[in-house]
Amino acid sequence: MAVLKVLVIDDEPGIRSGVTRILKDFHVTYPFMDEDYTFESIEAPTGEDGITIIERDKPDVILLDNKLPGIQGVEVLEYIREKKYDIVVAMITSYASLDVAIKATRDGATDFIPKPFTPQELKSSIENITKQLYLKRITRKLTQEGKQIRYQFLSVLSHELKAPLNALEGYLRMMQNKEAGDRIDDYANHIDRSLQRIQGMRNLIMDLLDFTKIRLEKKEGRIIKVNLAEVASGAIFAVRPYAIQREVSINLDIKSETIIMADPADMEIIFNNLISNAVKYNKVGGRVDITIDTTGSEAVIIVADTGIGIKKSDTENLFTEFVRIKNEKTKDISGSGLGLSIVRKVVELYFGTIQVDSTPDIGTVFTVRIPKKSVNIN
Amino acid sequence: MKKSDFTILVADDDPDYLFQTVFNLNKAGYKTVTAESQAEAEAVIAKFRPDLAIFDLMMESDDSGFILCYKIRRKYPDVPVILATAVSRETGMTFSLDSEKEKSWIRADKYLEKGIRPEQLDQEIMILLKL
Repeated sequence: MAVLKVLVIDDEPGIRSGVTRILKDFHVTYPFMDEDYTFESIEAPTGEDGITIIERDKPDVILLDNKLPGIQGVEVLEYIREKKYDIVVAMITSYASLDVAIKATRDGATDFIPKPFTPQELKSSIENITKQLYLKRITRKLTQEGKQIRYQFLSVLSHELKAPLNALEGYLRMMQNKEAGDRIDDYANHIDRSLQRIQGMRNLIMDLLDFTKIRLEKKEGRIIKVNLAEVASGAIFAVRPYAIQREVSINLDIKSETIIMADPADMEIIFNNLISNAVKYNKVGGRVDITIDTTGSEAVIIVADTGIGIKKSDTENLFTEFVRIKNEKTKDISGSGLGLSIVRKVVELYFGTIQVDSTPDIGTVFTVRIPKKSVNIN
Repeated sequence: MKKSDFTILVADDDPDYLFQTVFNLNKAGYKTVTAESQAEAEAVIAKFRPDLAIFDLMMESDDSGFILCYKIRRKYPDVPVILATAVSRETGMTFSLDSEKEKSWIRADKYLEKGIRPEQLDQEIMILLKL
């Protein structure tokens, strides 16, 4: 059980005592909260008294009337904002001055409660405020500890790592129990699928290694002159067997010799991911066109494919970790869901940008722009 | 009532898990209907009342399974639901349905970690179907 201090700043004694009475036996509970919240009210008839109490009692919530005898409600709001106090403020306001309340919400008030209010109206406002306060504090706590992102990342990662293990285990058990017959040939599909899942997991682990690599900020000594044409050629060489298998042709067009100051391993990550995606999500017999050029002080890398394309609505999350576009066309294509998020991280590390243009069933174009001398060489 | 009188809806976007689960359920004697996504499962629910449903948690979105639990409850309040996921306890994500609080918002009858043995799954289903 946690107690939230609610400060009521209002010059009408009836409002103050009303709030105190309504909140006395009220408690708020939510499934995702650790504990129930109850309320302790403190009353102040003026803004000046309110500020004294704010300093003394550090309330969690303030119900604030705007029209006060001395300083006005908005000034109290301003005071709280300047001091950066972690207090949720709701304006109590008559219907006639709703515009003031709405303006106040822009200045930092969370909510407004039109008066006269019924006990139920006050309770539902308090309920909302409590929820917001809780979420705000939890979010800040998690952010402070740097845990939030890590938590999401780990939970999805463990899902992605466990899923193939479960699939493998299932198939092995079926074989162990001879579920499909006595001959090894009866299990051709099981074995095939198991091998595919293993490959998927291997790719995920490789991508994870890339992912941790780019998080290492220390780059000194590894920044050298890199000819992007060479990196592209290396990436094409690596993906060629797969491209031949899928009958996808890869063409490299060097519009101008482009040398960039970078860690070559980072540039490899960009090319390997973009080119292998362009092959993977292509049609049989399709093509991949890679263009390298320099415009002004930027290196421009364009990787265009004639593949399945991406719907506009799906491009928004394309660079988010573990996001894979799931539809009929992609369901048989395996991927870790990390590739493009890694590419984006690398590109951003070099103060560059990555952009995607795509038309479903026509193809996708990725354009990467990186300042040629973005990295400070010590 | 025998097992073959019951049709179980299995929704999972992992084709291998779907294949194996359906194989095991059929072998145990149940009829099955499958969905490879939350959207497909919703389409099935709209037209057909399964006797029990097994939903994967993470499909198109991270909470597809929760949404499906909620939707099937609204349409068929008495159909038992099993929520299955590979999300591990190590990350702190546990939905064990042990507390009343969790039960009130998860709306599944049983929460299972993926990778449970087929016999165990059958046991849980028999309990939920009162067999």
